Amino acid sequence: MADEETKEAGATGATATATPVVHDAPRGPRPGGPGRRPGPGGRPGGRGEGGPRKFFRRKKVCKFCVEKIDSINYKDVRLLQGFVAERGKIVPRRLTGVCTPHQRRLAAAIKQARNIALLPFAARY
Amino acid sequence: MPQQQRIYEVMFIVRPDLPEEETERVISTVESSATTAGVSVKNAERMGKRRLAYKVRKFHDGLYVLLTVEGPGSAIAELERRLRVTEPVIKYITVRVDEEQKRLAKVKKIRDSKVRQQPKSAEAAAGTEPAPVTA
Repeated sequence: MADEETKEAGATGATATATPVVHDAPRGPRPGGPGRRPGPGGRPGGRGEGGPRKFFRRKKVCKFCVEKIDSINYKDVRLLQGFVAERGKIVPRRLTGVCTPHQRRLAAAIKQARNIALLPFAARY
Repeated sequence: MPQQQRIYEVMFIVRPDLPEEETERVISTVESSATTAGVSVKNAERMGKRRLAYKVRKFHDGLYVLLTVEGPGSAIAELERRLRVTEPVIKYITVRVDEEQKRLAKVKKIRDSKVRQQPKSAEAAAGTEPAPVTA
């Protein structure tokens, strides 16, 4: 019984680790901003042996809350660039760990920056 | 009801292939058209030449200029209309900033008051770290 359970757990763990890798492939080389928590970093925890309980995911924290960045301005391209994917898309909260109020401001700022050609709507090619 | 004075940021991009004095003239024209439209220019900043994130009117670069202006919304609309008809200005954006400034001031105030409170609580708690500082 116990063996079966562990085997199953191992199998699910393997699939759980395998699928993110597949997912990561397209968005792998995301431009990482300074000090941002990378999405995939929190993922591989239960690699190898270990049941589902041992699966460790690092808690993502909101960069703006931690570093006490009050203003998210459309002129601050360096800051915004860290939250834009390679193709120019806004990176979702679940990957960056930004809290809801800050993601709202961030998205607004990115859209303003796009309108004045500081950020691309869609990257070339 | 009199129209409210509000603070805006007007950022516009001047085409890069003009000679130096010509760009100066364009910027001063925009500033003067702002004052005639009924907004006061509080600050004008040239942010310099930058690469555009995408092609605008077949230009890859642009000269960014940032104006901080104060005035009623109707005057801003007039200023935007003039920017639209100014040929060397290839792109512009107007952002209202007074609400954001107010919010930032509020946040700062709260934070400052917290900072002032913190030393007191640290003394009361007699924490290990702040103890040598107070001693």
